[in-house]
Amino acid sequence: MLDRAQMSPDILLEVRGLTKVFKPRKTLFQRKTSNPIRAVDDVSFEIRQGETLGLVGESGCGKSTVTRLLLGIHEPSAGTMRYRKKDGGSVDLDQLSENERLAYCTDLRIVFQDPQSSLNPRLQVRDIVGEVLKVNRLVPPDQIEATVRDLLAKVGLRPEYARRYPHAFSGGERQRVGIARALATRPRLVVLDEAVSALDVSVRAQTLNLLRDLQEEFGLTYLFVSHDLSVIEYICDRVVVMYVGQVVEVAPSDRLFAKPLHPYTEALLSALPIPDPAQRRQGRRIRLPGEVADPANRPSGCAFHPRCRFATETCRTTPPPLRDFGGRSVACHHAEQLSLNGVESIQPGQAAHA
Amino acid sequence: MRPIPMLERMSALPVTAVAQPEPLVTVRDLKVQIGTDDGLVRAVDGVTFDVPRGRTLCLVGESGSGKSITGRALMNLLPPSGRIAAGRITYTDRAGEAIDIGALDPRGRQIRGLRGKDISLISQEPMAALSPVHTIGQQLVPVIRRHLGLSRREAEARAVEMLGRVGIPKPAERLGNYPFEFSGGMRQRVCIALALSCQPRLLIADEPTTALDVTTQANIIDLLQELQREYGLSILFITHDLGVVAEIADDVAVMYLGRIVERGTVDEIFADPRHPYTQALLKSVPRLGAGRHTRLAAIRGMVPSPFDRPAGCDFRPRCDLAIKGLCEIEDPGTITLGPRRDVRCVLQRTPSTDSVVTERSTSHA
Repeated sequence: MLDRAQMSPDILLEVRGLTKVFKPRKTLFQRKTSNPIRAVDDVSFEIRQGETLGLVGESGCGKSTVTRLLLGIHEPSAGTMRYRKKDGGSVDLDQLSENERLAYCTDLRIVFQDPQSSLNPRLQVRDIVGEVLKVNRLVPPDQIEATVRDLLAKVGLRPEYARRYPHAFSGGERQRVGIARALATRPRLVVLDEAVSALDVSVRAQTLNLLRDLQEEFGLTYLFVSHDLSVIEYICDRVVVMYVGQVVEVAPSDRLFAKPLHPYTEALLSALPIPDPAQRRQGRRIRLPGEVADPANRPSGCAFHPRCRFATETCRTTPPPLRDFGGRSVACHHAEQLSLNGVESIQPGQAAHA
Repeated sequence: MRPIPMLERMSALPVTAVAQPEPLVTVRDLKVQIGTDDGLVRAVDGVTFDVPRGRTLCLVGESGSGKSITGRALMNLLPPSGRIAAGRITYTDRAGEAIDIGALDPRGRQIRGLRGKDISLISQEPMAALSPVHTIGQQLVPVIRRHLGLSRREAEARAVEMLGRVGIPKPAERLGNYPFEFSGGMRQRVCIALALSCQPRLLIADEPTTALDVTTQANIIDLLQELQREYGLSILFITHDLGVVAEIADDVAVMYLGRIVERGTVDEIFADPRHPYTQALLKSVPRLGAGRHTRLAAIRGMVPSPFDRPAGCDFRPRCDLAIKGLCEIEDPGTITLGPRRDVRCVLQRTPSTDSVVTERSTSHA
């Protein structure tokens, strides 16, 4: 069952056929149990060393579940996650026992969306950031505080803040503490799960710039999860677009934004509000009817067909496979025939604006 | 169903820029204070603006700028620890009479007659705005009955009509559903139906699309604009998202630390921002099509704590254009550039505008 073929050496993490089904339990107040939820359904992609891979989609598309599967917070229902070890060998993370996985928990780290709830309010910053160093015995106990102070300086906080509690920080500063905590173990892959979505506009720009600088300095690989395409375009090399638990398109960032191949990607691009009032009057918006499908009641065939303006009978009956289009892939029956609009035709003049 | 007379009158109102000089609401030098454990916060500190009829005014700002509190003050709906310390909020009612909203008893009969009827609110989190233990019908019908004086049957018909109008499929069947049976976007549509069910003249929309997906957000913005055209509604739209501002605003007021730092039409604000804060905000949003090779111009530092306001200009510690010896001493005051255009920055002072500077700190010799 497992594909034992050699993993290309520049790939850090390879995900094949990843699936997670949540079975709702019958609760006291429910008359009947709802359908099992296929939160992630046969998802495949790979993360290359040193790149920033974007994972984009709307609520319920399974992007957060994917990150939780990668980090071992949830057990996958099916599929493999093959990780390239530091020594060059590879290991299937999904085959490991909980204890065996611990060896890799310092390599894969996460920064959460909400800097308020992801830091323990009763701990000082030196303990929040230093705990992982202590538990994993990465640094002798007497050097932990010095290490934490170095890390704080790296993320642009004053070293003396190590003795403060989270409540003494603003949202942007707290998120920097979260980033320092993720970097403490010298990780190889950092998952950024909507890490800038809760921040104010001016602080978000600072944080995005900081993430880019840290990536260069430490040679980090990022999995950047977001619903905001303009942020994705700013920071990502390649992008995976998900819709209701499935991958609909994977492409290098510039090609995806220049010319999407999936109608959902086009609609996402077109729905993004443009910070320029002169553009809105041109009104070339694509409006998607209805709302994101319910993963517990996924439409037959292509899950996007009820909202798609190109849907045909095939789309209603047959799920489209993810097909290769020379360095990018798309799950759409009609990808060859469609000529979809990228950023340039939806928002003319934007590229020149930069 | 018996037609509601007021409904017809409202929709017959011309909404385009027919000379309608008198704004629906005028706010003059509004100050709101909120008591906290750490002391009194001047959440809104001398704000002046108008809400014109049939147009959309966007209040833009980051967290802590006082934009939401300003919105709530217009309904006299402040948190228990907050109070309107100074200023006037004048609302012109349907009979043409001016009402000072800030002077009304916040729990009194008069303001309660206005809330939900003349002025309604949509908040960011529709789940928090709706009661989870009542059906949609149980939440819509009593409001309509109370404010419009209709019978139960008429009110139900009106509720169904409103739900249909905001795009909820099979509205008559959905009246018996609870909020949890709706998706996030549909819940926000229910809130819009609830807010508009009594034909308000002013809608205060406080980040109504922030919690929604982008494709849903686009649909909700379209809906609000349609309803505005149809009913001649004035909208006060509160948001931090400059993309949304560009989509929906006619007029914009940019807030920073409880003050309006710049005011103008949406085209003026985006094409010719005058305040360094507005300029920096516009540069710090990633724009589609700009690609990976650019670097965002971030604003350094962060919004100061309200207890630790800088002396002189509020924005000075983060401002790249600050003038040493001037900006840290002198409050720039409001500089009027046009009838609906003003800015709080010393850089905009010219010999001609100097005479209209309304306030000025005297600490500078």
